[in-house]
Amino acid sequence: MAATEITSSEYIQHHLTNMTFGKLPDGSWGMAQSAAEAKAMGFWAIHLDSMFWSIGLAAIFLFFFMKAAKKASAGVPSGVVNFCEWIIEFIDTSVRGSFSHKNAMVAPLVLTVFAWVFLMNLMDLVPVDLIPRIAAEIGGLMGADPHHVYFKVVPSTDPNVTFAMALGVFILILFYSIKIKGMGGFIGELTGMPFETKNPLLKPIFMVINLVLEGVNLIAKPISLSLRLFGNMYAGEMIFILIALMYSGGVLLGTFGGALQFVWAVFHILVITLQAFIFITLTIVYLDMAHSEHH
Amino acid sequence: MNINLTLIAQLISFAVFVWFTMKFVWPPIMKALEERKAKIADGLAAAERGQHEQELAEKKAAERLHEAKQQAAEIVAKAEKRANEIVDDAKTDARTEGDRLVTAARAEIEQETNKAREVLREKVAELAVAGAEKILRKEINAAAHQDIVTALAKQI
Repeated sequence: MAATEITSSEYIQHHLTNMTFGKLPDGSWGMAQSAAEAKAMGFWAIHLDSMFWSIGLAAIFLFFFMKAAKKASAGVPSGVVNFCEWIIEFIDTSVRGSFSHKNAMVAPLVLTVFAWVFLMNLMDLVPVDLIPRIAAEIGGLMGADPHHVYFKVVPSTDPNVTFAMALGVFILILFYSIKIKGMGGFIGELTGMPFETKNPLLKPIFMVINLVLEGVNLIAKPISLSLRLFGNMYAGEMIFILIALMYSGGVLLGTFGGALQFVWAVFHILVITLQAFIFITLTIVYLDMAHSEHH
Repeated sequence: MNINLTLIAQLISFAVFVWFTMKFVWPPIMKALEERKAKIADGLAAAERGQHEQELAEKKAAERLHEAKQQAAEIVAKAEKRANEIVDDAKTDARTEGDRLVTAARAEIEQETNKAREVLREKVAELAVAGAEKILRKEINAAAHQDIVTALAKQI
């Protein structure tokens, strides 16, 4: 076990570092060998583990749903089709419940977000050391130092992933706000509320205040959306890592840790589903707001 | 915790996945669901219609049965009436025939009686003539007193 050679904080640090590909200090391109190196790479670096798992999981989701879509017919559904139809009906009900406009984009978007977030969160239930360990072995075989092969399995604990999704939703909010209300309408919504006045002198002042308030309101949407998911999953992952630390503390502590891990995993099943559900519900509500003339 | 190129890459992949779902996943499954909904609705409607038709048919059948029973009762009544009529007719016929026979028999009897009377009358006349002949012998000529004898016989 890694913890026998490194300290607990190093162990945690190791688990919280992504496999980052970017420009190394010596000027060549390659994997970051430490968290500090990964940080030093700046913006022009990419988290290979996050990319691999998020795209892989989305591919699994799309593969199954694609299969279901090909087999779907008005007849009696079975197996995969049945399961996919169940999910789709759930999404459809959610969208119909909160989204009162006509947009063929929203429901598929929500389905994608839900399935993707759920699957990414689900990776949290895989024992924390299992896949990083395998990755380290493979990395060792490929000539890298196994202790410096970083591998984060849960993509939703990478803020890049959650921010990217929230940003995608945010772009759609802006796009539909402007499309439905027009540029003027959208700006009017940002500046004309919540303070209104007929006084021409007060009006510009109010507009500035409104813009600040509504601007914060608008910016808060993607930030809260992504940080809520990221925070929950990051904290959950952290607790799994802390529990995993117990395994190096002897038989008694290890057994206790095992029981604790089981309990936390069962509880986490609720968390991962809930987080996926909250994400889609807020997405629907935000997009509904973007389509409505007034808040 | 570093924000880097991953964000952009994730954004692009997110867009691609949404596009894919929108293009290939959502519409076919949704279409299948709608079709099934329509099919089920049709089926239910058909079932209801069938039930309604069955009710109608049952009603019709009951009506027919009722009618048939009524007709049968009518026919039986008619047949009974006709049977009575036939019996009555037969009785009447029999009575008439009997009467006729009786009348005929009476007429024949009368005729026979008349004939017998005639014969008897003639015989009496002959006897009278024979008796008178015996009594009068010579004096009375049968031929000469024929009319007298006949008149006598008629009176008997």
